[in-house]
Amino acid sequence: MAFRTEQPVTTTLTDKPMLEARNLSFAYSSGRFVVNRVSLQLRRGRMAALVGANGSGKSTLIRLLSGILSPSAGEVLLSGKPIPRIPRILLARTLAYVPQLNPLSFPFTALEVVLAGRSPHVPRFQFENRLDFEKAWAALETVGAAYLAQRPVTELSGGERQLVVFARAIAQAPECLLLDEPSASLDLKHRAELIRNLVRLRDRMNLTVLLVTHDVPLLDDSFDVVFAMRAGAILTEGKPSEVLTSDVLSSVYEDPHLQSRNVEGRTFVWSATHRHPADHK
Amino acid sequence: MQWWNVRSSARFVSGTNERAQERPLHPKRGFGQPVRPFHLHPLDLTVKLHFRESDVIVENRSGRVMEQEKVAWPESTVPSARMPRSRLVRALVILLPVLIVAMAISLWAGYRFLDPTTLSHDPVMQSVFFRLRLPRVLLAAIIGASLATVGAALQALFRNPLADPFTLGVTGGGMLGASLAIAMGWGVSIVGVPVVFLVAFAGACIAMVAIYQLARVGSLVLPGTLLLAGVVMNLVSGAGVIIIQYLADYTRALQILRWMIGSLDVIGFELIGRMLVLLLPGWLLLLASAGDLHLLAMGEETAASLGVNVRQCERLVYIASSLVVGVTVAVGGAIAFVGLIVPHAVRVLFGEDVRIVVPCSFLLGASFLVLADAFARTVLDAGELPVGAVTALLGGLTFFWLLRRRQRYAAI
Repeated sequence: MAFRTEQPVTTTLTDKPMLEARNLSFAYSSGRFVVNRVSLQLRRGRMAALVGANGSGKSTLIRLLSGILSPSAGEVLLSGKPIPRIPRILLARTLAYVPQLNPLSFPFTALEVVLAGRSPHVPRFQFENRLDFEKAWAALETVGAAYLAQRPVTELSGGERQLVVFARAIAQAPECLLLDEPSASLDLKHRAELIRNLVRLRDRMNLTVLLVTHDVPLLDDSFDVVFAMRAGAILTEGKPSEVLTSDVLSSVYEDPHLQSRNVEGRTFVWSATHRHPADHK
Repeated sequence: MQWWNVRSSARFVSGTNERAQERPLHPKRGFGQPVRPFHLHPLDLTVKLHFRESDVIVENRSGRVMEQEKVAWPESTVPSARMPRSRLVRALVILLPVLIVAMAISLWAGYRFLDPTTLSHDPVMQSVFFRLRLPRVLLAAIIGASLATVGAALQALFRNPLADPFTLGVTGGGMLGASLAIAMGWGVSIVGVPVVFLVAFAGACIAMVAIYQLARVGSLVLPGTLLLAGVVMNLVSGAGVIIIQYLADYTRALQILRWMIGSLDVIGFELIGRMLVLLLPGWLLLLASAGDLHLLAMGEETAASLGVNVRQCERLVYIASSLVVGVTVAVGGAIAFVGLIVPHAVRVLFGEDVRIVVPCSFLLGASFLVLADAFARTVLDAGELPVGAVTALLGGLTFFWLLRRRQRYAAI
């Protein structure tokens, strides 16, 4: 029985950033540029967040970075290598992507879904072995969803399903993890647990993380970088305390009513919802 | 005791060593006690097991073996679920005898029940058995296996549990092509392959691509649109077949009508051989893409991010299923719903894993159609029912049953 290698794209440590976008542009068929000349760098072992209003191109950008969409112009480099030049299977071993929507039409069990995360490491025409099974189980325990293992995913709630998909990304054992609104349907406890797990993965496995979120209070100083996006371009980037300020956020969300307070390193942000004076009788 | 708290002297090597400093001293830890990795998070499991459970090989992240020693592996809380491979082997071991028994029954049953003792000396019996019954049973097995495999593959490809060559209109496209070929009297063959097969293949292929392009929006395939497009495709090609029948001369029209009902008429071994020339590559392609289809069944973006070449896999399955459906339709007519009933029976029996569902559908599909044909031959005393009517009846009921329990399938 031969060893199964988990050979990543780069075995040697390089100074090159884990993930780099150069002048990335993308337009859907309508012709409007959803992502317009975006350049960003994410160093190995850093945890970054991407914030922005609805329709600002966050999800498109993260799908471009994960190689699911190919850009109209510009390129994405993974460890200094352009993504189209990396073989698919190596890319899947190195980079995991957690989509925002997980439309699952078949009642696979949660464990089967997580085991699918091992498939880039399984040779063609072979099945997962005991080791893959144990890793899948460990991933499920990590996200605290081991109790769901034998349940069909079609019967799970949105949050439970998100946990299972996150577990699949962990089981994939990537070097770089891209998550598209992973906290959207999670409750308070599981949101915190998600961030704790990401921090743990970054600290222990030197994982590079990029996460798209609307949940600004989630972004504490455990994040290394925050990218703020507006209208398809990166507005600012920097430490959470620098980016998540009242004026940056109100220009990101283009909302003059936006207010924020900083409590224990977290930014709480809300928009005034009282009626406009003209509406009062 | 958590399963990852390995009671051993093995030091666990992980990416960084800072955890060692944070690790608190356990009150029970003393001299002579093995060092236990307290607070070892499941994420730190970079342990590989080989051969026996007692051989533990510790690796670092880049796959280099750091340490190798024998330790006692603790009792695991990992459920002792079967590995996918052993589930597949078990399923095949169960289904193979089923197929053999089904074929034996079908060979025995018929207008005259077979008496094995007379077979050795009675020339009439021999002729009935080898000229009529054996080829027919083989044909039923081939068609059943083909339709069921295509059904299983299409359900995974379109992420729709109601997909089937018939409901998607692929059969309709094949029928239009085949009846066109029959009406024009294209009895010729190219390198041993009848032109009817090729035209039916082309029709099926066009139908498949058309409905898929209609129903897809970006990376999503709209389930309702897919099925409606299939219905419309069936209606359109049905109208085409009627027009062809109307325009064709009397004998050809009758030929088309008899073939359309879907029965396994008398055919020889020669035709089976010609079918297999086209079917074998199609079967192999479908079975080989089962692994990719398993990931595709979980969503297109998921499959792409797990290293599947989605477009290539789609193209392969298009071509293979159109080939298989085209040939099957050209010979057997429209035998409906086999591709719907059989994969669902396999799912109920052996689980959702597409890598298990596809090969098992192959075996169970063969058994199913062989038995349905035996039933169709024997249920009426004098004549025989068209086997297409039997499968359509059973399949229609299955379809309704699937619609009823739609809450298990979110996408219907």
